[in-house]
Amino acid sequence: MIEEKHILSILVDNEPGVLSRIAGLFSGRGFNIESLCVAETLDPQVSRVTLVTNGNPPIIEQIEKQLNKLINVIKVHDLTGKEYVKREMALIKVVAKSEHRAEILRTVDIFRCKVVDVSSEHYTIEVTGDEEKMKAILNLLKPMGIKEIARTGMIALFRNSK
Amino acid sequence: MKLTGAQIMMKVLKEEGVDTIFGYPGGAVIDIYDELEKTDIRHILVRQEACAVHAADGYARAGSRVGVCLVTSGPGATNTVSGIASAYMDSIPVVIFTGQVPTHLIGNDAFQEVDTVGITRPCTKHNYLVKRTEDLARIIKEGFMIAKSGRPGPVLIDIPKNVGATAVDYKPVKKVNLKSYNPTYSPNVKQLHKVVELIKNANKPMIFAGGGVILSGAAKELTELARKTQVPVTTSLMGLGGFPGTDPLWLGMIGMHGTYRANMCSGECDLLIGIGVRFDDRVTGKTDVFAANAKIVHIDIDPTSIRKNIPVTAPVVGDCKITLAKLNQLLNKEDLGDLKKKRKKWFDQIQRWVAKQPLAYKQENIIKPQYVVEMLYKMTKGKAIITTEVGQNQMWAAQYYHFDKPNHFITSGGLGCMGFGLPAAIGAQLACPDKLVVDVAGDGSIQMNIQEMTTAVQCGLPIKIVILNNGYLGMVRQWQQLFFNKCYAATCLDCAPDFVKLAEAYGAEGLRATKPEDVETVLKKGLASKNTVIMDFQVDREECVYPMVPAGAPVTEMLLV
Ligand SMILES: Cc1ncc(C[n+]2csc(CCOP(=O)(O)OP(=O)(O)O)c2C)c(N)n1
Ligand SMILES: [Mg+2]
Repeated sequence: MIEEKHILSILVDNEPGVLSRIAGLFSGRGFNIESLCVAETLDPQVSRVTLVTNGNPPIIEQIEKQLNKLINVIKVHDLTGKEYVKREMALIKVVAKSEHRAEILRTVDIFRCKVVDVSSEHYTIEVTGDEEKMKAILNLLKPMGIKEIARTGMIALFRNSK
Repeated sequence: MKLTGAQIMMKVLKEEGVDTIFGYPGGAVIDIYDELEKTDIRHILVRQEACAVHAADGYARAGSRVGVCLVTSGPGATNTVSGIASAYMDSIPVVIFTGQVPTHLIGNDAFQEVDTVGITRPCTKHNYLVKRTEDLARIIKEGFMIAKSGRPGPVLIDIPKNVGATAVDYKPVKKVNLKSYNPTYSPNVKQLHKVVELIKNANKPMIFAGGGVILSGAAKELTELARKTQVPVTTSLMGLGGFPGTDPLWLGMIGMHGTYRANMCSGECDLLIGIGVRFDDRVTGKTDVFAANAKIVHIDIDPTSIRKNIPVTAPVVGDCKITLAKLNQLLNKEDLGDLKKKRKKWFDQIQRWVAKQPLAYKQENIIKPQYVVEMLYKMTKGKAIITTEVGQNQMWAAQYYHFDKPNHFITSGGLGCMGFGLPAAIGAQLACPDKLVVDVAGDGSIQMNIQEMTTAVQCGLPIKIVILNNGYLGMVRQWQQLFFNKCYAATCLDCAPDFVKLAEAYGAEGLRATKPEDVETVLKKGLASKNTVIMDFQVDREECVYPMVPAGAPVTEMLLV
């Protein structure tokens, strides 16, 4: 069976320990976490976890059911195959040799990114977008030398409110 | 009204109808014990904390209610883990209260501090750290509700010392409201219609029932279904007693040590109706060939059980009792035709399997462990509550004691936790004071929690411990005999205590049988006694449990006697 990437949007009680219940479920049962993002929703008692995982259909079914079984999980949505928007943000610290600076700035421009910090040796660039855009800009910046990178992991929402 | 956390706890326990607590005190729960002493709740002092949970587990199963434990922080809490894990695997409703260091010390590596909630998170249905006394009543209410509803399981509530000691305004909690917890009890009727069609069209159907039938109290409905549709029944270890073990439709247990006929049926059947089961690997053997010719119906209250291990034709999420009652109603409206005639070929086939390989052993001039269980069955007329330890003793008890009623076979099924049987027997006897309770034990397992003899004697419990003493960690030795060239690494127990003297040292009675002709006499004397009794049966040392499906093999490929 084919493995597929799935984005799960999980509403949970905003309580200490809930994240470790979710992480423990994944590690204990050998499921994959590719990325994971958590923050409060409009309702301060509820948080949204956006979790990217992969697996074949029965595994994904198990993951959803097991998540639902956790007492602190309120709702699980699998966004994959539905209409949704997704974004990730990254901070990329790229080596800025004088001969590369112009090219880096051009790339930043084309991708509608921002330079958020400048030093004598580096630019730090803020990128927001989907996976494709991340991949593309990383490929272009790699030859200049990427010093460090921090990524938020994917967040996503249904297009139609659900 | 101002009440301390400990006082609030007692109030809520009374509201929940708790009459017995199994526990062991310590600094972190001393305030709670002080209040407990003032109530009429009976406290049973076990001698090791895992046994508090095992005993509560036995109490819950034999008495069909929630078992309750109370232990201290740190080592008290860590000792409970085996008991909790066992209850979790077998879906037994138990609420465990653990003491914790005061809230201001949490995280400081304080004396007797452990992260109890962290340690027990993967082996509880849910757990709580109570940070404010104001939350205590609500959390205890939620805990009981979660433990006993849906697919039951253990819930742990960790109470810091100051939370128990602090007084707050007490407002009774009337209703539990958990927005994210809502188990499905009633099945989807459309799915049930599908099941009816599948049953009508099947030529070689079988029912495979499990612990869910016992937990939901569905034995009556299951029996009605099987008889109405003339479908033979097997169960998992956990399901024994869910269907009468003396019924003509009974196939015996399925799985690694299941009967020849039950295992063969699973390979041949064209419809397998799983009810309250989770298709554990000890049942299915090699999963991709399990019931390979069958359409599969799977009824369970826990959606995660369904399609976890095997593909299913008709999944039904629901409580076993409610679902079977509805299914029976639907079937009553159907013309099922002449089932006796329709099933004749199938039943003939089953009879041939029975004739070819009945459950049997060779009688020799040495006590056979199977013979002891057989005699126990005869002499108790099948009416005793049997708890078991783990290993060969457990399997022989399952094979040779025929259970007609639910809640009479109490074993650590999912975890296979040695040391379970004696404390579970204590719990069962306390829940059912008028019943005969027997722990079928191995010489290895009984030593894991032998200290509970004191608890039994102190409480005046007339439980009977039948040790099938083979001088080995027998089940492991069996694997070594069959798969490791008889290299009995670390399984020989020839240095053992004298169990008769040991019984006497504990203030109990000790009896011993060394020859087949002693068996009846010893059982007769032991079972008639009003005391706690250990009966030491010195059995054939190298007897094996058969049939046996080697781990990972198809269940139809059994090693036979
Ligand atoms: C706590 C624990 N430790 C180890 C095991 C592994 N184990 C399974 S059966 C068994 C042998 C049990 O020996 P005994 O109680 O004498 O029973 P017998 O098989 O001889 O009847 C062992 C060691 C276990 N199930 N539980
Ligand atoms: Mg033994």
